Amino acid sequence: MLAFVVNRLLQAVGVMLVVALVAFVISNYIGDPINNMVGQDATHEDRARMRTELGLDDPAPVQFGRFIAEGLRGNFGISYQLKRPVSTLIAERLPATLELVLVAAVIALAGGVVGGVYTGLRRNAMSSRAIMTVSLVGVSLPTFVIGILLIYGFAVLPKSCVEGMHLFGRMLLTCAEVGAIALPSFGRGDTVELGSWTSGLLTADGWRHLVLPGITLSLFNLTLILRLVRSEMLEVLRTDYIKFARARGLSNRAVNFGHALKNTLVPVITVAGIQIGSLIAFSTITETVFQWPGMGLLFIQSVQFADVPIMTAYLVMAALIFVIINFTVDVLYAAIDPRLRSDRAGTARA
Amino acid sequence: MSAGGIQKGHLRDRWDRFLASDIFYSYRRSPTTVIASIVTLVFVLGAVFAPVLAPHTPFVPSSIDINDAFKPPAWSEGGAWRYLLGTDNQGRDMLSTIMYGGRLSIFVGFAAVALAMVLGILLGLSAGYLGGWYEAAIMRVADVQLTIPPILLALLIDGVARAVLPPSHKEDYASLVLVVAIGLASWPPYARVVRGATLVEKSKDYVAAARVIGVPSLAIMLRHILPNVLGPVLVIATIGLALAIIAEATLSFLGVGLPPTSPSLGTLIRVGNDFLFSGEWWITLFPALALVILSLAVNLLGDWLRDALNPKLR
Repeated sequence: MLAFVVNRLLQAVGVMLVVALVAFVISNYIGDPINNMVGQDATHEDRARMRTELGLDDPAPVQFGRFIAEGLRGNFGISYQLKRPVSTLIAERLPATLELVLVAAVIALAGGVVGGVYTGLRRNAMSSRAIMTVSLVGVSLPTFVIGILLIYGFAVLPKSCVEGMHLFGRMLLTCAEVGAIALPSFGRGDTVELGSWTSGLLTADGWRHLVLPGITLSLFNLTLILRLVRSEMLEVLRTDYIKFARARGLSNRAVNFGHALKNTLVPVITVAGIQIGSLIAFSTITETVFQWPGMGLLFIQSVQFADVPIMTAYLVMAALIFVIINFTVDVLYAAIDPRLRSDRAGTARA
Repeated sequence: MSAGGIQKGHLRDRWDRFLASDIFYSYRRSPTTVIASIVTLVFVLGAVFAPVLAPHTPFVPSSIDINDAFKPPAWSEGGAWRYLLGTDNQGRDMLSTIMYGGRLSIFVGFAAVALAMVLGILLGLSAGYLGGWYEAAIMRVADVQLTIPPILLALLIDGVARAVLPPSHKEDYASLVLVVAIGLASWPPYARVVRGATLVEKSKDYVAAARVIGVPSLAIMLRHILPNVLGPVLVIATIGLALAIIAEATLSFLGVGLPPTSPSLGTLIRVGNDFLFSGEWWITLFPALALVILSLAVNLLGDWLRDALNPKLR
């Protein structure tokens, strides 16, 4: 087990080194860093002096070493566009993204497991078929289209309410009632400062602002987990030990949840773990749709303006999060399933 | 009988065999697939023949009238049948812009899939056939890349391209940048599948026989092994087309794809999104609907193809 962990750890460090190399190449050889920092009227001597001061004349390996050392200290340079240190910008934006991802992950897990168990247990019911059809559409809907549809349905329509509006031929709600269900569609709302962490989870307004982006971000993963739990449930319910448990006269509840659900959870945990990484990636899209002031929005703006320091910092941060998640999932999985521990470095062919 | 007659008879024969094949049978038996293929065909034809079929020429400034801006769809109050799906903020016919936009979306999607496919096949085939450290290196890169969502990589490649290209040419190269970004971000699945299939084929007798009579490695790879590993590639490419179309739309929606002067479906949705709050829903929701229907249809085709080509499910 120890050899396995060490092996995976070395792999993780290797991946991070490769990512750092890519980030280094991007930030040093794309465009001229000096040009991006000085004004147009800087003289040749000024540029040469700055070049030496910043160490841009050193051999590439020395510069790469310095790049890694600075990166480890959290220094990624200064944004070309916003003229502020990238580390400060990211520290400001990180809480918003992490809170959004957390809420989306909880929605996806809870909705996916409940829906999956339901459709797995009553596989032929009309309601189950309806859920499965809707989930197929959910998989093909791009994240930003989901966001736009939700904004239209829950933020725009309620506000454009005309008194006496009829839905399906009868009067459903008065405008006051419709207005009450209208949800905010941009920003974080009221936040509370907890040291350097700004949280929207402690105010009612913050929660209201989280609803639409949270659902948008979670929907794809919700359908994914739902389908996975359903197929696992169907498989487990066919096994002999479930038949035996029923033969022993255990209640449906004990069989379904105590025996069946428990055994479906191992693959679900793996997939869910890996999907948290994809939530962080897809939060860039959700944040753009809802103008959510997180890391993703910062990244998209940096891509639009070719703001290289922010792009490279985001690349390194995202890669680090993915590597940590993958490492944790690998180790957890090996702890649960001993067969995987024999998987060593030499099995590149597998 | 003339040579042409033989040719015709041969084609006829092949067509009859196709109609009697398992694949065509499973196609005929699945109404969803028939509908999905018709929808896809309509989209592709509409895109290819957009200049002929579109009722208006939305990107010729002299043909649009700003007085016709913000016309709602024909069936609602204030709409005109001249503009079936309404007009946008500049008075451009929505149906026509969607046809031209779909044309760009489908073109970028096909080109990106082609790039990813060629790259993945070449790397996977050579890795599987040559083996050794070369194989280990390529598969390692593929593994690492698979852990990072493709859309993030495409964004990054797009951003780097923006930093490299001179600002004055950004719009000219926008579609090329998108093709390269999406293509480079999505080659690993092809490489993995092709390598796996190559490992199986490599150990078969026909490859050994070809090697014994002195066929060069390149010819063995391309002419003997490649045709035998293309089945699964086709499945990945179909689903990959849906993913590439969505990726292009997403990048354009985020403002790092095609410019508003030559909009794809994603750009149309992005531009229209600004008018959603003032009640002009058709400017953004119709392109969005077109995108969803197109990607759903292609997805369903891919699902069917996967099941039809999988002998385990027959």
